[in-house]
Amino acid sequence: MSDIPTLRLRGVDKSFGAVHVLSAVDFSAAAGAVTALVGDNGAGKTTLIKCVGGIYQVDAGEFLVDGKPVTVHDPRDAAALGIEIVYQDLALCENLDIVQNMFLGRERRTRLGTLDENTMEKLARQTLASLSVRTVRSVRQGVASLSGGQRQTVAIAKSVLWQSKVVILDEPTAALGVAQTAQVLALVRRLAEQGVAVILVSHNMNDVLEVADSIAVLYLGRLAAQVRRSDVTQTQVVELITAGRSGDLGLSPAESSGATV
Amino acid sequence: MSAQADEIVEQNEPDPLSEVEGLAALAVYTRAYLGRIKGGQLGSIPAMAGLIVISAVFAVVHPGFLSAYNIEALVIQAAPIIIMAMGLIFVLLLGEIDLSAGTTGGLCAAIMAVLLLRHGAPWWLGAIAALVAGVAIGLGMGWLRARIGIPSFVITLATFLAFQGVTLILIGGQGSVILPGGSPLIGLENSFIPLWAGWVLLAVVVAGYAAVKINDAAGRRRAGLPPTPMAVIAVKVATLAVLGALFTYVLGINRNLTSNAFFSSKAQGMPWVVLLLVLLFAAWHFVLSRTAYGRHLYAVGGNEEASRRAGIVVSRVRISVFAICSGMAAVSGIAAASLLQSVQSNAGAGNTLLLAVGAAVIGGTSLFGGRGHMIDAVLGGLVVAVIINGMSDLIQGANSAGFEYVVTGAVLLLAAGFDAVVRRRGRTT
Repeated sequence: MSDIPTLRLRGVDKSFGAVHVLSAVDFSAAAGAVTALVGDNGAGKTTLIKCVGGIYQVDAGEFLVDGKPVTVHDPRDAAALGIEIVYQDLALCENLDIVQNMFLGRERRTRLGTLDENTMEKLARQTLASLSVRTVRSVRQGVASLSGGQRQTVAIAKSVLWQSKVVILDEPTAALGVAQTAQVLALVRRLAEQGVAVILVSHNMNDVLEVADSIAVLYLGRLAAQVRRSDVTQTQVVELITAGRSGDLGLSPAESSGATV
Repeated sequence: MSAQADEIVEQNEPDPLSEVEGLAALAVYTRAYLGRIKGGQLGSIPAMAGLIVISAVFAVVHPGFLSAYNIEALVIQAAPIIIMAMGLIFVLLLGEIDLSAGTTGGLCAAIMAVLLLRHGAPWWLGAIAALVAGVAIGLGMGWLRARIGIPSFVITLATFLAFQGVTLILIGGQGSVILPGGSPLIGLENSFIPLWAGWVLLAVVVAGYAAVKINDAAGRRRAGLPPTPMAVIAVKVATLAVLGALFTYVLGINRNLTSNAFFSSKAQGMPWVVLLLVLLFAAWHFVLSRTAYGRHLYAVGGNEEASRRAGIVVSRVRISVFAICSGMAAVSGIAAASLLQSVQSNAGAGNTLLLAVGAAVIGGTSLFGGRGHMIDAVLGGLVVAVIINGMSDLIQGANSAGFEYVVTGAVLLLAAGFDAVVRRRGRTT
């Protein structure tokens, strides 16, 4: 990936009062690749993605989308830039069907101003088909009747429908069984194959090693390292997560120990 | 649900874009329908069944129950309940409640009556003033709910009491204000659409319904989506036509038993309020099912956080439903005033609200938000009116009013219990 990354963060700082949650974080996500964002609890993963999504505002640092500096003040700015976050709790309306959920807040309308159900249904079907989703019986099925994996599928498909450049998945497999996890990970790969820059936030080392092209490790609010998947072993990643360094990789010994609470 | 269930689903999957026609399409449609019922989405079935069973019981124990005279009485009794329930459905869709809808309606009717009688305003001005007052009250209560954050049952419990007081002050000591005789306001519930116009109304309704359904199916076909089978549309349209014709025919029978050479006025045809009900139903049904606003009501009622993340301005939606509910309460208050030909100082108090909430819930609207349709108000309102009407014939004597309250309360509780059970079952699937 020698070309310009779709999303690039430079020197991002964020603190809540006296607590420095992120300091000088550099992070990048390339189009067509899955970038995993890993780290222990409290390392700042959630804060980082909320900054990207415009929910929090950074104290310092630069955002670059396709190499151009941008500002993100609120979630609408992020959406306008093509950044979509699929939250862990999914945020789907159980009383609505798949099509209605996928178009929620962005409904297609006819010339008369009424809902254009047919176009929405057709686009929803095409999107699911483009992701080779076969587990959903009918796009007019209520979300209440879907399994966890199917819901995750719908939430991910929604971001594809809106032709997002960057899709951030927050712990997409946390609540899923083995078979459904495999389905969702396959979906994550297909999403990247469509040219999207996928950022996968996960605790699950197996998921990360299986699906990621690049792994960014946060350690106590600092970016310990961002490495190519093919360059590291599981042991190295685990060391980066737990100690902030692994051999030559990661923070300098002074930084990693100095930051220990 | 497990991965195994996913696979089973996969095997049954009909190719969505294949041209399924005729019996196959019907089978697919029927299977989807039965699936929804099994999943706890019973739609109008319980209300419909309840209406038939209760009517049948009353018809057996009280022979005059299904007479043209009594059917008309049922319709005009049900109308204010149905109109108020239509408004309440908007509030209930968001999981809110408006306990003051009854007294809001009473207050708006009182404002209208006072304008008409003490200030000589024309009837239409009085009606508009009532409507404006209703919407303004709703905006105020919605603002208190959405911006200040007071729970809706507290706000509306306060206004429930306060508006009774305002009505009492407006009407004054005499206890009631009688509407001017011959006013179209009285005619709403007490005079009748000409027979021919009744049949024209029926024809328009049936043809309009058929046109919408056929147009939808044609649109889906053009878009390459499986349309609703023509057989299903035909059955639905035919059912509507038959029930409508029966209704129009029965209300076309002369209900005036004392017509002779000297006294020949006839009471035949449907009350004008039926036209109002048809118009209100069509308008609100359109809003709920075909507009983005309607979609957002369901979304906010289903998952507020998801709606907010989807860019819906939740507070604005919340204020709007209170405005609609109170506006409809005003219309309901006008209809109730028309029925009584006067506005009482206790208008809209007592069990008015209970009946309307009962109507919505019996019809299938959820008290937990996110589920409800306009048809619920109509069917539920009819069930409630049938119970009230039948009970008053059945229970005579000193305590009849007491028994009526007890039975109505029990029915509401039953419907709410049913709602809670259906909701729990829906969640565990």
